[in-house]
Amino acid sequence: MAEFKELPANAPAGAKLVNWFENRFPTVFAEYEKHMAGYYAPKNFNVWYIFGSLAMLVLVIQIVTGIFLVMHYKPDAALAFGSVEYIMRDVPWGWLIRYMHSTGASAFFVVVYLHMFRGLMYGSYRKPRELVWIFGCAIFLVLMAEAFMGYLLPWGQMSYWGAQVIVNLFSAIPFIGPDLALLIRGDYVVGDATLNRFFSFHVIAVPLVLLGLVVAHLLALHDVGSNNPDGIEIKGPNAPKDAQGHPLDGVPFHPYYTVHDIFGVSVFLMVFSAIVFLAPEFGGYFLEYNNFIPADPLKTPLHIAPVWYFTPYYSMLRAITSEMMYALIACVGLAAVLGVVRTKLSSTGKGAVLGAAVVLIALMLAIDAKFWGVVVMGGAVIILFFLPWLDNSPVKSIRYRPDWHKYLYGIFVINFVVLAYLGVQPPSPIGERVSQVGTLFYFGFFLLMPWWSRLGQPKPVPARVNFAAH
Amino acid sequence: MKKFLLALTTFLALCGAAQASSEGISWDKAPVNTSDNASLQNGARLFVNYCLNCHSAAFMRYNRLQDIGFTTEQIKDNLLFTTDKVGEVMKSAIDPRQAKEWFGANPPDLTLIARSRAGHGGTGADYLYTFLRTFYPDETKATGWNNLAFPSVGMPHVLWQLQGQRRPVYETTEEHGQEVHVFKGWQQLTPGTMTELQYDQAVGDLVNYLQWMGEPAQNTRVRVGVWVLLFLLGLTIITWRLNAAYWKDVK
Repeated sequence: MAEFKELPANAPAGAKLVNWFENRFPTVFAEYEKHMAGYYAPKNFNVWYIFGSLAMLVLVIQIVTGIFLVMHYKPDAALAFGSVEYIMRDVPWGWLIRYMHSTGASAFFVVVYLHMFRGLMYGSYRKPRELVWIFGCAIFLVLMAEAFMGYLLPWGQMSYWGAQVIVNLFSAIPFIGPDLALLIRGDYVVGDATLNRFFSFHVIAVPLVLLGLVVAHLLALHDVGSNNPDGIEIKGPNAPKDAQGHPLDGVPFHPYYTVHDIFGVSVFLMVFSAIVFLAPEFGGYFLEYNNFIPADPLKTPLHIAPVWYFTPYYSMLRAITSEMMYALIACVGLAAVLGVVRTKLSSTGKGAVLGAAVVLIALMLAIDAKFWGVVVMGGAVIILFFLPWLDNSPVKSIRYRPDWHKYLYGIFVINFVVLAYLGVQPPSPIGERVSQVGTLFYFGFFLLMPWWSRLGQPKPVPARVNFAAH
Repeated sequence: MKKFLLALTTFLALCGAAQASSEGISWDKAPVNTSDNASLQNGARLFVNYCLNCHSAAFMRYNRLQDIGFTTEQIKDNLLFTTDKVGEVMKSAIDPRQAKEWFGANPPDLTLIARSRAGHGGTGADYLYTFLRTFYPDETKATGWNNLAFPSVGMPHVLWQLQGQRRPVYETTEEHGQEVHVFKGWQQLTPGTMTELQYDQAVGDLVNYLQWMGEPAQNTRVRVGVWVLLFLLGLTIITWRLNAAYWKDVK
């Protein structure tokens, strides 16, 4: 037990109260010191560093509004659609809670995509922050599950048919697929059983996992310290420190970054409120028009599009046609040949590479393209987990990388946006070709990164961070 | 024969539904103003008199009409056809079974019709405004009516007495060596009780009402939103200066 501190009798009442708690619950004070007042963050954070805090804010918005929605929502195929309209019409301020939740879902993905791109630009996933990145990727994956299941709950046409299409994808997996899809749905079609289990997952199971991962993400971050736009370690053994051993390039998180974040939050809330109050449908992207029609299992909509945040991956799924499989087989073959010719593997290693390639190509020829589409869609997210070991650049931050790396990152972003756009559109021959090229680029960007990230001459990294006093 | 006709109508209705979003003419801009109570009230009257016979608005309560300026007495005396409780939702008196037999499909619920029909051609109100003004007699259809915005629609022209009967006029032109029919305008066959201008205004009011009914809170939403944004603007200025005050000693 920690030492019991007595204050003199004439100490102020406030100090005595704090002391009373400090003697009985020192953990809180130690953790506050560790994560807030005594956590030194680099002082050169730029605007890209607001999105972590904003993701936390949106998570809280989603949880609080979700609690109130559940008070009136009915997870029953016969009542669900009506109960949402009841919230929109008869529950006092119900429309506000509902729009905050629906806008919050999209805002979550906007914020998380920007947060991830920040990590990509400044090398925040590099040693020693691999686990921070991996926890973050897991959060992203879990968030996708959360959003997907939540989207079924309003029980509109898009909810219903979107879930139908995505769950059917699982049935493309050989051998276990049909049974797996049945297990997910709880029925042969999406129905009441599906709605009930998705509701349970959406409000209890997945949020619990999400919160656990967020805690792990933050604890791991505070153990290794934050990266910064210069990619310089401010707490490293050679980094300049003051007399108390605090980094000269760092500032305590509280109060400096708390006031910083409060300002960021105010700006964010302006954008968020503008959407909630003035354009909650956001032109059909945040609330799809078709979803104002109750789910009808007998009437398939002409064009089923997932919500915008899933569309880049949906595009990649649609890009994998049987024709595209030949391109992928060629890629596998080429990779195997390069692996044999250009690397210094032992002959058994080379044999293993060739053998694996032959088996993979045989599987690609044997199994339907639809399954490989699912593999590509899942792989597009899973590949992010491996980023720390794909990047071989001698410097972390994009600032000190060769200029053409910046263009490459720019093309990556444009490619991602184009894929997202194509995923919203109905299928077309030109769109299909473009999305196929886009898919190859997306995977090429990551899979060839060990090679291209080493190329070019990086610029010299300074010893101290770039910071101009405000 | 009856079964065959039924199957045919269902088939045509389904085809019509399938074509609705891809074909049809371009949509006219609907004169929507959800703060114009006179227009909304006229729309509500038209709605309960004409639409509510076959369509329901199962999420809309009669007493919500107070929001557009009706008193409870007015609602009870003039608008309550299908129920006697003013807190009830607008349920149509039609039997769904019979409706399906007559029209090939159940008439859709209209509560959210203006929200759900939006698309690339414009807002849902634009679509409805166009749809309700482009009916024409067509002997080949089971109901005797067809529509330019929703070809082969299962719904007859309920407002025909107001509008009268009209026929679309096409001009045949040559384009890329093929004959194409270009829609030119309308030819009045029999007069209605309203002039064209009056009819357009009446339909405009009806569509305005449908738009409002899709989200009765929409006027409140915008009004509150403006205040929220003004507050946040003030808050942002304060937090901006607060941030600057703290950061001025970071060198």
